[in-house]
Amino acid sequence: MKTLAILAVVFAALGVLPLFVVSDVWLNSLIAVLYAALLGQAWNILGGYGGQFSFGHAAFFGTGAYTVAVLQVQYGINPWIGLVAGAAAAGLVAAFVGALSFRYGLRGSYFALVTLAFAEVLRILSNSVPFTGAGVGILIPLDPGAENLQFAHKSGYFWMIWAMALAAFLAAWWLGHSRFGARLMALRDNEDAARALGVSALRIKLGGIVMSGVFSGLAGVFYAQHYLYLDPGLAYGPAISVESLLVPIVGGMGTLFGPLLGAAALHVLSEVTRDIFGDAPGISLAIYGALLIFIVMFLPHGLAGLGRISARRLIRARPA
Amino acid sequence: MSEFSILLPSVLNGITTGALYALVALGLTLIYGVLHIINFAHGSLLMLALYGVYFLAAGFDIGPYQALVFMPAAMFAVGYVLQRFVIGKASHDRDENILLVTLGLSIVIENLALYFFRSDTRVVDTPWSFETVELLGAFLPLPKVIAFFGALATAAALWVLMTRTDLGKAIRAVAKERKGARLVGIDVDHVFAMSFGIGIACLGIAACLLMPSYYVTPQVGHGFVLIAFTIVVLGGMGSFVGALIGGLFIGVVESLGGLFLGESLGQIGIFAIFILILLFRPTGLLGHKV
Repeated sequence: MKTLAILAVVFAALGVLPLFVVSDVWLNSLIAVLYAALLGQAWNILGGYGGQFSFGHAAFFGTGAYTVAVLQVQYGINPWIGLVAGAAAAGLVAAFVGALSFRYGLRGSYFALVTLAFAEVLRILSNSVPFTGAGVGILIPLDPGAENLQFAHKSGYFWMIWAMALAAFLAAWWLGHSRFGARLMALRDNEDAARALGVSALRIKLGGIVMSGVFSGLAGVFYAQHYLYLDPGLAYGPAISVESLLVPIVGGMGTLFGPLLGAAALHVLSEVTRDIFGDAPGISLAIYGALLIFIVMFLPHGLAGLGRISARRLIRARPA
Repeated sequence: MSEFSILLPSVLNGITTGALYALVALGLTLIYGVLHIINFAHGSLLMLALYGVYFLAAGFDIGPYQALVFMPAAMFAVGYVLQRFVIGKASHDRDENILLVTLGLSIVIENLALYFFRSDTRVVDTPWSFETVELLGAFLPLPKVIAFFGALATAAALWVLMTRTDLGKAIRAVAKERKGARLVGIDVDHVFAMSFGIGIACLGIAACLLMPSYYVTPQVGHGFVLIAFTIVVLGGMGSFVGALIGGLFIGVVESLGGLFLGESLGQIGIFAIFILILLFRPTGLLGHKV
């Protein structure tokens, strides 16, 4: 209950911030952080709580994004329906990937490779078939209005991403407080022992990947509605997969607030990098990669682990 | 008859390309067999080697084949240092960490290349770049034929190294039984770094053989990395013969796929094989139990 209270306070605080900040720059920053936190929490559900490292979350993200865009542009279907359809489609893709790979007991590097390959297949397909606009991409016509899930003012997008991120964080909180979550974590910590105790590895992992996929798909829907443009490289490219895993790893894998911490830290870092290097190609991603190595090397529990380490040091440093 | 005359050049072309894929995959499979890690930075290290060849040619007038003297040694050093001081240090004995560190390395290398070299496509022009060799009525580019034999020679040299030298013996011992190898006095960290270095040295050779008929951009590794993974998985993780056969096979599949499905959809065939093998036979065609 205590973590739920903290979660409520954090999101309430984030929710009232826009009442005080009027500048679009700050609102954009808040949106960017919440968006990254949503992406990261989606990966965290499967990777952090479930211990299954996906290198291809773009497969789910892109499916959500393309679903809402294609339904609107090609079939004239309202994006609110597209939002539900996008999340559902992403969940379906996740279920398919999960069913295939977990059924055959793929773990570790093999699972990472197979997810990466699925994302690549989808990228090539969306680059080749006509209804996604192929390599040219797809443009959602500008038509602001809440009924079209487009907003003339930034605050509309803020509330949209706030609600999506809240849902993802509530789901992650639930994982920490439910039988399902306990089983998922048991499979992460020791799969053989968990199975011996009667945990159905396939069913639980499937549940984990579908949850993860649905929230990734939601992030994709947000991306499509916010930027109103998609192409195969943006939707299914490796950058999304990397951001998805970097955010929770920096913040702290398998922790509720890790993705939020990671998202905020990465946002600050990318702003600082832009200040120093300008928009030079490559430099910001190179720093992301270096950060990933640094975190794995020195902070395996991410920023969330930093608090734990310093607390332990304090206790140890106390004179006996 | 007319179908045959289209198919044969395509198959032969696929085999020559496949030999180069095999060479890239050989390094990957050696690293996997010994360290049990998947080196995600393999593609970007190949890209680095290609830039090395390019700058030797552009700056010092050293042709790609003369560069064969320097590149394997230089790439070996890069690999040795990376394993000894970055990957090995960061692993904390957990495979997931190695996965993430090599992914991080690939991001760093690729984007630094983008920052310093921009995304211009660069090529090395040699007088014989466009010469061809006639074989069974098919015309094959000369650099590709040389690359084919170079790849076979490298594979043979690797085989000799692994079976006939003390280093090879130590590498095989560490691959089989880490703890036991340490107990009989083998410096395991050194052997790890040597294996990684040799695997990366293969990329140095591959880059020299590849450059005359190819190009280099910061993203050039992407195309190779999943293909190399496919070959390694197809042939069986850690199997040399598997990597060779797998490489030739994938080269032919790509070439035929491109012929029948077009350039971009042709790649799907490779990914389909990759996913199917991972799902139904993750030990590969010639591999042992993982």
